[in-house]
Amino acid sequence: MSGPKTLFDKIWESHVVAENDDGTTLLYIDKHLIHEVTSWTGFEKMAEDGRPVRRPDATLGVPDHSIPTRNRAAGVEGIGDPLGRSQVEALIENCETFGVPLIPLTDVRQGIVHIIGPEQGLTLPGATLVCGDSHTATHGAFGCLAFGIGSSEVEHVLATQTLNQKRPRNMRITVAGDLPAGITGKDMILAIIGEIGTAGGTGHVVEYAGPAIRALSMEGRMTVCNMTIEGGARAGLIAPDETTFAYLKGRPMAPSGAAWDQAMAYWRTLASDEGAAYDKEATIQASDIAPQITWGTSPEDVIPVTGRTPDPAEAPDEKHREAIAQALEYMALEPDSPIEGVAVDRVFIGSCTNGRIEDLRAAAAVAKGRKVPAGVGAMVVPGSGLVKQQAEEEGLDRIFLEAGFEWRDPGCSMCIAMNDDKLAPGERCASTSNRNFKGRQGRAGRTHLVSPAMAAAAAVSGRFVDVRELLD
Amino acid sequence: MRTFTTLSGPAAALPMINVDTDQLIPKQYLTAISRAGLGKGLFHDFRYDMEDKELPDFVLNRPPWREAGILIAGENFGCGSSREHAPWALEDFGIRCVIAPSFADIFFNNCVKNGILLVTLPEEDANLLMADAGNSQTCQMTVDLEAQTVTRSNGETVAFEIEPFRKHRLLNGLDDIGITMAKGAEIDAFEAKQKTAQPWLYGG
Repeated sequence: MSGPKTLFDKIWESHVVAENDDGTTLLYIDKHLIHEVTSWTGFEKMAEDGRPVRRPDATLGVPDHSIPTRNRAAGVEGIGDPLGRSQVEALIENCETFGVPLIPLTDVRQGIVHIIGPEQGLTLPGATLVCGDSHTATHGAFGCLAFGIGSSEVEHVLATQTLNQKRPRNMRITVAGDLPAGITGKDMILAIIGEIGTAGGTGHVVEYAGPAIRALSMEGRMTVCNMTIEGGARAGLIAPDETTFAYLKGRPMAPSGAAWDQAMAYWRTLASDEGAAYDKEATIQASDIAPQITWGTSPEDVIPVTGRTPDPAEAPDEKHREAIAQALEYMALEPDSPIEGVAVDRVFIGSCTNGRIEDLRAAAAVAKGRKVPAGVGAMVVPGSGLVKQQAEEEGLDRIFLEAGFEWRDPGCSMCIAMNDDKLAPGERCASTSNRNFKGRQGRAGRTHLVSPAMAAAAAVSGRFVDVRELLD
Repeated sequence: MRTFTTLSGPAAALPMINVDTDQLIPKQYLTAISRAGLGKGLFHDFRYDMEDKELPDFVLNRPPWREAGILIAGENFGCGSSREHAPWALEDFGIRCVIAPSFADIFFNNCVKNGILLVTLPEEDANLLMADAGNSQTCQMTVDLEAQTVTRSNGETVAFEIEPFRKHRLLNGLDDIGITMAKGAEIDAFEAKQKTAQPWLYGG
């Protein structure tokens, strides 16, 4: 292919090992992150077949999904659930057997797989990265082609360092103008999903562009790319720039010295060429974005905090009428009613979407000097041990504890609720995570997705409020 | 991998859009280190009440759909998490074909790897089959992958499209890893070239 290329085209084309006869591409994978939930089956079969891991140096394991967020010093012994514990033990044993580096539970670098990859400098521009987790899209914030895969594909990558893939199409989402004060990357991506729908990006890799994207920090960009999967696309991309390079420089696994200069020269060539063609485009105006909140059971069920729930009677067709009615019933909300003022039982601040230092700072700024009312349970779960450490150095833990939040150890926690951090039936939660699916945070639990600042505002108010009213 | 050629049996109707993988198999089934018995968890929250007793109204708890081998669903089926437990649960329950107007990407790939055929049909055709599946008198169907048809109980057929590479893999039950391992020399050559051009990606 000649002519102007997109960022995606460049990364894809530089990783083609072979074009298969059947129209798929054998794609080389540079980096592979593994965790306890989706890797055991691959290792089991590799052992059966007597196959080694092709590139242990390109693979990194970390436990994050099935682990408790208390009593971390006890390590594996501290995992109360015998099943979760055996999963983590299997990960440790498999990494040892196959020579794969592992960040253990008690290591300060331990954390959610999508937080630690960038933090360690493993996530690099122009590279391909996969993980058996759909939120692998996070790493696209660095101009790294990163996508989630299933367990069979995890095994394929462990054995061959490649994947057979059908080439996705290019989509560009431009966020024009500037984000208003108090509006975050989370509000931006929720607004985008509200616009394109949960299947809007299916079959595509989304490149985010425009001044509002450029103005985001790496943390904000990661939040945007993280939830690309909630818009149906497997991968989101943002072209690397000075913000990216400044974040990467000096990270333990990033190149250094002459290798850094060499890498930089290459990374600077990655941005999409002028005139490159996209198969699909969408544009949203940053200035139109208010703090967002989901009202239903799909991430596309999103409204501004100042908005009202939809009325099924106004749905375009029967299937949507039914879907809206069911979602409102599940969420115990009335049609055409304001979302502001709805009382919350629980607040969860954390996850691979919003468990980074900037997220905790934004939440702490709202929580500072305020109190979580009795009857509301609020918890902060840092995305990694290093995020936790930095937050404590900045005194954020004190702010949260004084306001009545719990301050936990890192992990996926109540985003997936595979440990004991979960909602009781009927509980309503303001959550900074990525999915408001029925039962996601506990059976019959009710999840509203919001930004960290909005979650903190809900925590200290005991109900959903417009965070802008609490900010000076 | 099991091959997929033809499949006949009752089809169950699940007239919902955006059915996500958390609905297909919830989190409490993800901590296991065995795939055995995942069929019990398929559509867990639809099938069981809070005391884990079967909800008699749910389609897969009723005859003849208790034996359903085919599922007809709404658009964007399988969205959400990458958990391969979703196709494992479908297969363990006995469902080896899902028909819908559209599917989420990761779920689609995971199904092919597990010998499950996903049939994407225009909404009109999917609605026709959904109506058939909803009635115990008309819910018997035959899916023929080679012919790319679904035969309704009245003998009429609905044709479907499928990408040749997916069809080929399903019909032959091909093991992807075995095929790729045979391309070891090409992978070696790629690595040698990349290691020179981008040495920072090696050795970490």
